[in-house]
Amino acid sequence: MTIEEKEKEIIDDFAIYEDWMEKYEYIIELGKDLSIISDEYKTEEHIIKGCQSQVWLHAEKEDNKIYYTADADAIIAKGIISLLIQVLSGQTADEILDAKLNFIKEIGLQEHLSPTRSNGLVAMIKQMKMYALALKNK
Amino acid sequence: MSFDVNAIREDFPILKQTIGKYPLIYLDNGATTQKPQVVIDKITNYYTNENANIHRGVHFLSQQATTAYERARTIIQKHINAKQSYECIFTKGTTDSINLVAHSFGKLLEKGDEIIISALEHHSNIVPWQFLVEEKGIQLKVIPMNDMGDIDINAYQKLLSNKTKLVSITHVSNSLGTINPIKEMIKMAHKVGAYFLVDAAQSLQHFKVDVQELDCDFMAFSGHKIFGPTGVGILYGKEELLNMLPPYQGGGDMIKTVTFEKTTYNVLPHKFEAGTPNIVGGIGLGAAFEWLSQLDLEAVKYYENELLTYATNQIKEIKDVKIYGEAQHKSSVLSFLIKDMHPYDIGTLLNQQGVAVRTGHHCTQPIMDFYGIPGTIRASFSLYNTKNDIDLFIKALKRAVTMLS
Ligand SMILES: Cc1ncc(COP(=O)(O)O)c(C=O)c1O
Repeated sequence: MTIEEKEKEIIDDFAIYEDWMEKYEYIIELGKDLSIISDEYKTEEHIIKGCQSQVWLHAEKEDNKIYYTADADAIIAKGIISLLIQVLSGQTADEILDAKLNFIKEIGLQEHLSPTRSNGLVAMIKQMKMYALALKNK
Repeated sequence: MSFDVNAIREDFPILKQTIGKYPLIYLDNGATTQKPQVVIDKITNYYTNENANIHRGVHFLSQQATTAYERARTIIQKHINAKQSYECIFTKGTTDSINLVAHSFGKLLEKGDEIIISALEHHSNIVPWQFLVEEKGIQLKVIPMNDMGDIDINAYQKLLSNKTKLVSITHVSNSLGTINPIKEMIKMAHKVGAYFLVDAAQSLQHFKVDVQELDCDFMAFSGHKIFGPTGVGILYGKEELLNMLPPYQGGGDMIKTVTFEKTTYNVLPHKFEAGTPNIVGGIGLGAAFEWLSQLDLEAVKYYENELLTYATNQIKEIKDVKIYGEAQHKSSVLSFLIKDMHPYDIGTLLNQQGVAVRTGHHCTQPIMDFYGIPGTIRASFSLYNTKNDIDLFIKALKRAVTMLS
């Protein structure tokens, strides 16, 4: 699936729920599917700066594709990073760098996060793209 | 004694809001309180009809504005029972007031002098003194607390000596709600000849405070936590002491005469009020105190205590709740954690249901370090909250807990 196809899938999933409490329930469920980062990478260097809760992120390249793992101490942060990983993991570095990630706007996620958490979301995306850039020519 | 919460609520237009489809339940009063209509009207009217600079103009508007500003000072003086109105210095707020004392009182200190604070202090009552440790080589001593959140008075007694120049203590802890035995502590400080600053940021909105009865030397508070505007507050200081201190900032209003060789300073309170002040803020704060003064404050205290007891009993019924702050005398603050759930998750899910609380360390990291936690969820109640607010809060909390389990 392309990034955009995955985004479309998420937009459709979110559309089922009317109430934001239900959407949060879904985000929390997503957190449980997260590909958890191995303990050796749960270090200071892997913490994403700008999140009020602690979020760790790691990426590896295999067959020219980037795969992410992560963890967070807060469940909602875990759900959000899991959502981003669903969309971006398994794509090439170029595709990740080009991704517009319009689905975030589409599902209205940003407006439903507090400013600090919204900054956290921006920081997560930035960090994922940085990994793609760093691994691109490796 | 009489207190009618429904009538009080009518004074606060913001409380009628909904957040999404949920009614607003505002439980972040420790951070700031909402404003009654009289305060809002005062501000609007000032800019609509009365705006002018003060202490400077010969014209009608300026004189009127000056009178209104000075009248506000007198209202505040009466409320805290200061001897003189000029003992009440307008500042930007608690933080600014404490920094003023640290700066001006600090000038009089020498290496080896000691200042005592407690383990319960807000960062605003820690960092300004740390500056003096760096600049002046003074010593900062910290009175420890116990698990309940009570200050260790015996330890305090042991820290006091003739080296102690100032004790600066919060009246009420913003994180735990502890009401410190400030009157007794002031007496103890005076016995060794030390001055005493009361951080009253969390007290005047809950009960009456009388500076002469306490016999404190300084008292600092913020307007925005006492139903008044942001950006204005008070430093109360005893006249002799304020006269003894060098000024804080230099500029207009604080001077008597200026030549390039020498400047002489104005009398109190102007000596500490350089530049055009937050005029509308001061007038708005006067209106807030006027509003507060006509309430039966004993009844308010009783009512808030009832709310706290009610909320505490309700929350204890939730499994694995741990309450932080169980002091003997406590104001209406409920700090807690549930199992290993992240405060931020709970705060987010409460917010989705219209409930405003604060999560994090509440600018008191040393307290969090004491308990070995990164932060808490804090619900802080004010006189306009109701048992119904608490019921809805508990219901929202239970839903959040179910979702996070
Ligand atoms: C106990 C205490 N001291 C000081 C402050 C600082 O007040 P302000 O930010 O209004 O200057 C606060 C406010 O959070 C407080 O609760």
